[in-house]
Amino acid sequence: MFAIPRVASDCGRGSEGANFRLQNESEFIPLNTPAPAVSIPNLFFVFFRVGLLSFGGGLSGWIFREVVTTRHWIDEEEFLSGLAVSQILPGTNVSNLAVFIGNKLNGPLGAIAALTGLIAGPFFAVIGVATVYGVIKALPLAEAGLDGVTAVALGLILIVVAKGARRAAQRIEAMIALAVTFIAVGLLHWSLLAVALVVGPISVAAAWLRVRADAR
Amino acid sequence: MHDDDFPLALLAVFVPFSLVSIGGGASVIAGIQHQVVDVRQWISAREFIELFAISRASPGPGSMLATVIGWHVWGWSGALLTTLGYFVPSSLLCYAVVRVWNRHRGKGWHTAMERGLAPVGNGLLLAGVLSILRLSGGGIVSWAMTLGVAGVLMLRPKLHPLLLFAMSAAVFIALRAFGTGLV
Repeated sequence: MFAIPRVASDCGRGSEGANFRLQNESEFIPLNTPAPAVSIPNLFFVFFRVGLLSFGGGLSGWIFREVVTTRHWIDEEEFLSGLAVSQILPGTNVSNLAVFIGNKLNGPLGAIAALTGLIAGPFFAVIGVATVYGVIKALPLAEAGLDGVTAVALGLILIVVAKGARRAAQRIEAMIALAVTFIAVGLLHWSLLAVALVVGPISVAAAWLRVRADAR
Repeated sequence: MHDDDFPLALLAVFVPFSLVSIGGGASVIAGIQHQVVDVRQWISAREFIELFAISRASPGPGSMLATVIGWHVWGWSGALLTTLGYFVPSSLLCYAVVRVWNRHRGKGWHTAMERGLAPVGNGLLLAGVLSILRLSGGGIVSWAMTLGVAGVLMLRPKLHPLLLFAMSAAVFIALRAFGTGLV
């Protein structure tokens, strides 16, 4: 789902952190090691930077780089588990991830700090861009340029769809859930809320049956 | 501007989407578009497309679409309300789930939820792409560019999105400037 930025030069620095470990040393994981408490301002500013510096999605990759690779605040497995829960739950994946990491590092206040840090910058940035566009909008070419941006943004979303569809193709019930959702919302224009609330639980139940069958 | 209980109406639209955006904010684009353009008629279809593109060309999560829609129809207080309405409910839910999540890692229902909800989120994403492409002013060129960009990124995932944004905007501007009638 996301690209993990590799920063080779940072790898050696983790040895002093008790929580840092390499993936292949999993036999030696100290279970439930308390995460280091990271100060609220520190959390806020790290997520603030991620929010402002990331364009066109891929924010989880940036967060990985900041909190795992560079700062060793949490380890890789913990991060991936947080990413999975962020993707399952409703809400923007990356804001859920901020809540997960913030809570891990400094409880509820940490979650608030990480989340507000993440969206404070983009909040003003998007309004700034909209304001600038409002000024240049009178130019007919500006509109064409924006259509160009739209097309690329949709292409980026399509990539995510393609990856998911490839995974869904391995299981008939997942394929059906994908197709039914798309047809109901995209082609028949049924209410998205209703479709998600009906197809979602049915799809989870079908997956549950499969998981139980596989376990036998 | 509108006078019908505006702040509450903004929350009434964005809070439910916050709680069903399975697989990320992009999955509810089609629903938000339907609500703010067709049902509430706060903005035109064209304005929606523009705000979508603006939110994507700005830094940060794509969900800032909610923020910029609030700002467009109701100024700063609208922006604040839609942002809170869109991010707070899902974050509270996430916080509650995270507290029990780690205790159940690797359990069956974990996997079932992951596998069951992923395709639904995907179907919603695809529906969102289609609904915006239909409204976009670029016609066949937009379709081609969207598919082309997806294809190129499958082959070269490291390409920076900003570069693609700039290139595509240039292509569309050139086609418009030379009066090709395509976009």
